[in-house]
Amino acid sequence: MLIDQFPAIVVAAPLVVAALCAIIRRETACWLLALVVAFLSFVGSATMLGQIQEYGEPLSYKMGGWAPPAGIELRVDLLSGYLLVLVSLIASAVLIYGRHSVRSEIKKGLRGLYYAMYLLCMCGLLGIVITGDAFNAFVFMEISSLSMYTLIALGKDRRALAASYQYLIMGTIGATMYVIGVGLLFTITGTLNLVDMADRLGPIMDTPAAIAGMAFVVVGLSLKIALFPLHLWLPNAYAFAPSAVTAFLAATATKVSIYLLMRFIYSVFGFGFAIEQTLIPEVIMVLSLVAIFAGSFSAIFQENVKRMLAYSSVAQIGYITLGIALANATGLTGSLVHIFNHAVMKGALFMLVGGIALQIGTVRLSDMAGVGKVMPLTMFGFVLGGFSMLGVPGTVGFVSKWYLAIGALENGWWWVVALLMLSSLLVLAYMGRVIEVAFFRERPEGAAALKEAPKSMVMTAWVFILACIYLGFDTSFTVGVAEQAVDVLMGGAQ
Amino acid sequence: MRGHLILRVVSKLLIPFLLLFALYVQFHGDFGPGGGFQAGVIVAAAFVLYALIFGLQAAQKIISPALLEVAVPLGVLIYAGVGVLTWSLGGNFLDYGMLDSHDPSHGQHLGILLVEAGVLMTVSSTMLLIFYAFAGRGR
Repeated sequence: MLIDQFPAIVVAAPLVVAALCAIIRRETACWLLALVVAFLSFVGSATMLGQIQEYGEPLSYKMGGWAPPAGIELRVDLLSGYLLVLVSLIASAVLIYGRHSVRSEIKKGLRGLYYAMYLLCMCGLLGIVITGDAFNAFVFMEISSLSMYTLIALGKDRRALAASYQYLIMGTIGATMYVIGVGLLFTITGTLNLVDMADRLGPIMDTPAAIAGMAFVVVGLSLKIALFPLHLWLPNAYAFAPSAVTAFLAATATKVSIYLLMRFIYSVFGFGFAIEQTLIPEVIMVLSLVAIFAGSFSAIFQENVKRMLAYSSVAQIGYITLGIALANATGLTGSLVHIFNHAVMKGALFMLVGGIALQIGTVRLSDMAGVGKVMPLTMFGFVLGGFSMLGVPGTVGFVSKWYLAIGALENGWWWVVALLMLSSLLVLAYMGRVIEVAFFRERPEGAAALKEAPKSMVMTAWVFILACIYLGFDTSFTVGVAEQAVDVLMGGAQ
Repeated sequence: MRGHLILRVVSKLLIPFLLLFALYVQFHGDFGPGGGFQAGVIVAAAFVLYALIFGLQAAQKIISPALLEVAVPLGVLIYAGVGVLTWSLGGNFLDYGMLDSHDPSHGQHLGILLVEAGVLMTVSSTMLLIFYAFAGRGR
């Protein structure tokens, strides 16, 4: 059966094509190949998710024919299927979107290699999600991170290089801590398979080695997630990377690490230990709330719009991790839904800003005066995306914040609900600034004539903007899958 | 490097042995410590030694950077190609047992041999490319 091979195809196909692209190096050929393989991964992921929903059983794939737990297992359950669909969908969309902006931002000889790196990054991200093996996850983490550093360094601005280097150092520290943690867990359990590890850790979870392992894994992954105060790499990396890379990274990279953290906290360490007997939920809750406010405050004072959206990502990551800390089904659903929703809206916003960068040449707020009049489609999309970030009813932002708020109430944390409301005001402040400058100021005298960004860019962004509204009304996919996925996560606990 | 007679003679003597040792490490990987990664680094070290003694240009005449840039992805393709081959033979990805229809353990030998060859190619070319990039700075 072909579908039995889907888990391996989804990850291996981008890897093979990445190597092919690195040999071919022709821009158009590489782009086409990348698009085909990304779309193939998307179809494969969606098929697998449908299959799992239908039969209710996770797909397990024996890599190289070796049975787990000794062999490496690829494991697709509802949660990983959900993330696979998200990553492959965004990857395909950003490829369609990025053709023009890649041409304007990346040197001619490097464009073929850009697509090779992009596919490698996608392969790594899909791999982290699909693997059922703790060390294999580390390998894929390195594949995705190393290619990401390269992609960021391709930015036009010279500061991209410094941003990429900063991310390299921080990311490597994070990955190292993760692998030290996995090493500790391996020495006491003798297994790397996550399901098997969870079984064996159960009775010995309160030993010092297990607790140290847990601490290393949680802190290492928090660095990758950019959870406050470990977010320092993120704003520069997002601000100076090429526009298409930023859209791809912002929508997928941190999300995948959040997935891995959820996996470890809920499935491996177990709800009964990690949530009930440690301070992990309390610490994550405090840090998430600080992230929401510190990120949003910093966003208000940014002059560079990409950097502003990057700080806003720090805040939005706070919402997602808040759901982990709430540790009840509703809160966790909100968290999972927000992973998808934030990817869609932040992806769209970065795409639109990328269009502006292509037309104006900068993303400084002061250069964007009056842009709303000459690029109405782009800026109107930006307004709708802003509404969604704000959590206006009828947009995706509302759905996820609703679930988070209900989840907080279930815990009796009414003050968290109050803080959530308050934080929306900050979103209004920074999104409002851009809208004010773009619509209510005049274009400076003698400014060059502007028109809309190329159709492929605006259209892709608008598909996502419309998705923000559609998914705000019809939540059957996001909430439906998230609720089932939460059962998988919490089920491992009871 | 006209003058350094001893260095030139000794390194000329050493390089064949370095390459031979790399092959030993490569093929010993089936049975003990070793394999494509270690062997790849030793191969690269042999060329780095050559470049240090006889100059970067002489080394690049033997292996040009353009060739290396193809060899890096080609090694990955060999590795992944074995996986694709096992797919086409009806097995799982990288299920080497499929490569020999009579005796799966022969297939395992063949599979790991091919995969390690791919690793050797990618690792040695990458190491050498990094060296070229550093050594060629400012030229």
